[in-house]
Amino acid sequence: MDSDLTLDGNLTLDGNAAAGVLAEVFVSECTTAMTRCDACGAVEMVGALKAYVQAPGTVLRCRHCESVLMRVVRGAGSCWVDVRGLTWMQFSVATPGRSSGADAV
Amino acid sequence: MGRLSWQPATVTDAFAETPQVRTLELDVTGWTGHLPGQHVDVRLTADDGYQAARSYSIASAPEEKGPRLTVERIDAGEVSPYLVDELRTGDRIEVRGPIGGFFVWHAGLGGPVLLLAGGAGIVPLAAMLRHRVASGSDAAVRLIYSSRSLGEVIYREELDRLATHEGVDVVHTLTREQPAGWRGFGRRVDRELLAEAAWPASSSPLTYVCGPTAFVEKVAGSLVQLGYDPRTIRTERFGPTGR
Repeated sequence: MDSDLTLDGNLTLDGNAAAGVLAEVFVSECTTAMTRCDACGAVEMVGALKAYVQAPGTVLRCRHCESVLMRVVRGAGSCWVDVRGLTWMQFSVATPGRSSGADAV
Repeated sequence: MGRLSWQPATVTDAFAETPQVRTLELDVTGWTGHLPGQHVDVRLTADDGYQAARSYSIASAPEEKGPRLTVERIDAGEVSPYLVDELRTGDRIEVRGPIGGFFVWHAGLGGPVLLLAGGAGIVPLAAMLRHRVASGSDAAVRLIYSSRSLGEVIYREELDRLATHEGVDVVHTLTREQPAGWRGFGRRVDRELLAEAAWPASSSPLTYVCGPTAFVEKVAGSLVQLGYDPRTIRTERFGPTGR
């Protein structure tokens, strides 16, 4: 990744380009989370979505139907995450079960 | 895993890879290690307080000192000319990371692994290759690396050394200019080149493609045409310039 390269021409990147801004607000790793597009039903990892990083925020679109799935905008002192294009996100978490409790977050 | 925050980093070494490309070795406060393929965000602050941040892939293997970043100068860029031309050993910048879990390969994922690099797209893939060798993994790894000319091949001598390890293949293609007697490929990575140089789709490799957007689109599309499962192909695009 070398984001100075995105200053001209084709601005489409992959969802992993949004990993930094998402990691500012999500504790779980987002780029390996699964998403379902609410418009076409496609299920993809965030890292495989189309990312547009040149807008005032970061826009993630469905690779299949181009619908806007997520928008992340940083402002002074706050970060807005608009997920209305998603039906759901699925994150990997530690398997619940009998343990010493050391897995508790 | 906690939320991401900016950390001070000191440049401990800096050296040219090619006239356009430089590697920076950093000492980052509180660095907890990384996985091959991850990146960091770099933030520069001007005297007047203006800040600019960009993402750069980590070049080093987790087993090595570092992290090291390899940066290509984009003349119209706001950050890379400073990193390539101005930054000196001992200077301080800010970084946050490591970032990203999607475009990642580590020895535990096994092989075979197919790496396809266009230009500076070699950087995260070289981290995977270095880790493959440094970790003692026996995963079969093949790198197909497209550059404009021999002089623009990043890490050329090191890749030659890595390719001497059992199970590691490095295939070069030079798209604009080939030296006399060149025995590698001399054209862009397309379906025919992949049919000849990549593993057949039936071997189901984990595939990582990194480079300019046009390179990634062409290569990923060709792999799917050749029967690769799209879900085994992970891509990282970083903008324009045809190679």
